[in-house]
Amino acid sequence: MLTLFLILFPIVAATAVLFSTDTIAKTAALIGAIGELVIVGVVFFTFVANDQYQFGFDYAWFGAATNGSSGVRLSGAIDGISLLPVVLTGLVTPLIILSTFKQTYTRPTSFYALILFMQAALMGVFVARDGFLFYFFFEAALIPIYFLAAMWGGENRIAVTFKFFVYTIFGSLLMLVALVYLYRQTPLVSGAHSAAIADFYALNLSAKAQGWVFWAFFIAFAVKMPLFPFHTWQPDTYVESPTPATMLLAGIMLKMGVYGLIRLILPIVPEGVNIWGSTAMILAVIGIVYGAIIAVRQRDMKRLIAYSSFSHVGLMAAGVFSRSEMGLQGALIQMLAHGVNVVGLFFIAELILQRTGTRQLDQLGGITRNTPRLTVYFMIILLGSVALPLTNGFVGEFLLLSGVYGYNHYIGLAAGLTIIFGAVYMLRMYQKSMFGQPAPRTATFVDLAGSDSYVLLILCVFVFWMGLYPASFLKLTEPAVLNLMQFIK
Amino acid sequence: MTFQTYDCLQMLPIILLSLSGIALLFLGFQKSRALLLPATLLFLVIAFVANFLDWGKTYMYFRDMLLVNNLAMIFTGVVLLSTFMVVSLSGSLADDEDAQPAEYYAILLFSLVGAIMMIGFENLIMLFVGVEILSVAMYILTGSDKRNLRSNEAALKYFLMGAFATGILLFGIALLYGATGSFVLSGIGNYAHSATNAGGSMLLFYVGMFMLLIGMLFKVSAAPFHFWTPDVYDGAPSLFTAYMSTVVKTAGFAALLRILSVSFSGVYDFWWVAMAVVTVLTLLIGNITAVYQASFKRMMAYSSISHAGYLLIGLVGLSQASKPAIAFYSLAYSLSTIAAFGVLMLVARNRPLNAAVFGDQTTLARTDEHYDAFNGLARKNPLLGFVMAVSMLSLAGIPLTAGFWGKFMVFSAAADRGAVWLLVVAVLMSAVGIYYYFRVVIAMYFREGQTDTIRVAPFYRIVLIAATVLTLALGLLPNLFQGLI
Repeated sequence: MLTLFLILFPIVAATAVLFSTDTIAKTAALIGAIGELVIVGVVFFTFVANDQYQFGFDYAWFGAATNGSSGVRLSGAIDGISLLPVVLTGLVTPLIILSTFKQTYTRPTSFYALILFMQAALMGVFVARDGFLFYFFFEAALIPIYFLAAMWGGENRIAVTFKFFVYTIFGSLLMLVALVYLYRQTPLVSGAHSAAIADFYALNLSAKAQGWVFWAFFIAFAVKMPLFPFHTWQPDTYVESPTPATMLLAGIMLKMGVYGLIRLILPIVPEGVNIWGSTAMILAVIGIVYGAIIAVRQRDMKRLIAYSSFSHVGLMAAGVFSRSEMGLQGALIQMLAHGVNVVGLFFIAELILQRTGTRQLDQLGGITRNTPRLTVYFMIILLGSVALPLTNGFVGEFLLLSGVYGYNHYIGLAAGLTIIFGAVYMLRMYQKSMFGQPAPRTATFVDLAGSDSYVLLILCVFVFWMGLYPASFLKLTEPAVLNLMQFIK
Repeated sequence: MTFQTYDCLQMLPIILLSLSGIALLFLGFQKSRALLLPATLLFLVIAFVANFLDWGKTYMYFRDMLLVNNLAMIFTGVVLLSTFMVVSLSGSLADDEDAQPAEYYAILLFSLVGAIMMIGFENLIMLFVGVEILSVAMYILTGSDKRNLRSNEAALKYFLMGAFATGILLFGIALLYGATGSFVLSGIGNYAHSATNAGGSMLLFYVGMFMLLIGMLFKVSAAPFHFWTPDVYDGAPSLFTAYMSTVVKTAGFAALLRILSVSFSGVYDFWWVAMAVVTVLTLLIGNITAVYQASFKRMMAYSSISHAGYLLIGLVGLSQASKPAIAFYSLAYSLSTIAAFGVLMLVARNRPLNAAVFGDQTTLARTDEHYDAFNGLARKNPLLGFVMAVSMLSLAGIPLTAGFWGKFMVFSAAADRGAVWLLVVAVLMSAVGIYYYFRVVIAMYFREGQTDTIRVAPFYRIVLIAATVLTLALGLLPNLFQGLI
């Protein structure tokens, strides 16, 4: 039942915010998001580390059999694989809201309500146990983010977000065909098919059918993450969106794609992955290198972080397609770690933009002089992002790379470039913005205080917590991952 | 299944609607226009209730002419609901000096009689009579904006093309009679089953079948018989375009579903390829052409062609699942289409096109129905913006709305037949659909415009809200409707 509350609570909160007044919308949204975080906290600390689904709910929705079983169901629960994305969603949303406390957005009630609606949809994706419920939330998440980006975004927002919208819908429609196909393939039980994801695992599809189901799913998730060559919507959308929307996109939404790879593709079409997995892996690795090289050349901070995110998510996909325990565990923890880091980085870019009016690296410099707090926080999050040992990024990337290396040495080596390039572009960004002579725009830079400071502090706590004691997360996910491995072999 | 035969006055909706249509004509003499609208709505409500009185039973009426079962009642319910909504949006007719609301309402009710006959026919003669009653009413209503050149053009075009199609339909019926010796659906069905097994020549039967299908496909505006649709839908007054694109389409698909499942299911292998080709053509032409339209109303015309394509998918995958699928899709499509036209009428009413631009009297009555008319609408009129956005999302088939489940159900029906390639085409075209439906959403929410606050009559507002709530409710809880079938 707790899972159902995870979905419903943000909806209730969002509705309340929508009908509140402009002055209290912000605070109300924060209270709502913290309430959700409390539920997530209860889930996290009472979660039993086994391979069972927990806190579940299950109701007939559509096309149920006469005895009320099977059909398309409203059913959701949390297992080890859903747990970390759920924690990520619960943790990051209040931070995103808190990060806007020193700014004013027009029509705040709609703005914050959309963020909370988005949270509900994301929670739904990560806990759904029914194929169509998954699809339902997968699409539902798109509507609030589209409006957030297109109403509060930058100059070129309409064209850019539209491209984003059509791209992602196109991908997920292919997934819909695959789901309908799988649904009708399930055996009839009391006159009804079943859309439960677990029942899809049990299907014995021919290799040919698995091949095309693989591609239908893969394109949907590859667009969402995005993977090369489906990434062309991403940099522009990240740059044009208002920063809270960018944080939602990069911090949480792209994890829907990674999660989909793990939850749907690997176990439903193992034979398809056998045939096409290496192709997908190569696409992912091309993305890693390609994204990193472009990131090195960027001058706009936000665009640079966007490409770095593109590069990192390629590594997660490669880890998943290595089909090893290491790779999967790495992808799961890296989802959380990357979410924390990328939200921090985008927030810092936004802070610098607010204080200096620019994100262009060549117009910045020397910010460290009078900003001890920002310097430290930025450094910590950046080190997490370049996967320095003792930080969260290291744990994830180490596991991912060892998974990929185990799959194929050469691909592993190519994927390993991500660490080197990551250090290059991240440190370059840090050096150009923080060190050197103060530029005219940065001379009067004011250090962080209040809410801005808390957001980064909390993120830094997670960078170290996950880096120093990753077992507190990995031991929760391990039984579920081992269970999943049975379907893959 | 045992049919009980009644030849007495129990075919309530048809009789009630005919009588109330006549009553409305007399009410028109009173010059009390204020009374017409509530009276029509009352008649429709009575017909709606009467329709469901026989719920759960199967009756054959008028010596095996008309069948009434749950499915027919659902379809009848959908067309009555659609008509109710269209009529409730017609308040402005009372202010229009040129309009003759009494006649319009009477014609609408008479045309419904035709629609109900198309839904429940058991005899091909009834199909023909139903199609004609509905079509003739439509020819008149299309031309009802009599000072508008394009309305006149549309009516003439519709009439000429429609008469031609009806001729083909009738020819088909005659050939089928020649081949099978029967007008009765089940009789033709039995012939199809036995003759296929016997292995004799069935040329006459096949030609008749295809002519009949062509006639019907014309009525539901499936490609390549769709050429009349854009001009007619664009030229007709928006109110009647809403009626045409919902009621006529629902009745047409109910008729196609009935004849294909009862009479032609035995020769499925023979017609499904042809229908699949028509489906693909309809999807491609409807969706791709819609992208290039600058006028919202014309886009809606092509959108109605594309929805005919999605409904055809349910027919190509003909199975037991097709029946609820087509009924649900029709309902979802009708709700959204009427709500969208409802908003369009409000927006367009305040924006007459500048006559000087065109320089002739005939265009005076034209209003601006381009996408630009919606710019900034949601800022000043959040309700209208929301209603329109939900309608567009539903037509585009986005989850949370009824349109999604409609697509899901017709796709499932086709997936059962293994026509997965057809689904891929349909899905690609849905992605194209998002492009043109979202242009409206973008215009309303993200573009600047100088829209004023639009005054909406209370009842009009209630109907728009009800359509939206129903669309969302069916999107969240499709069981609400599925339980009925």
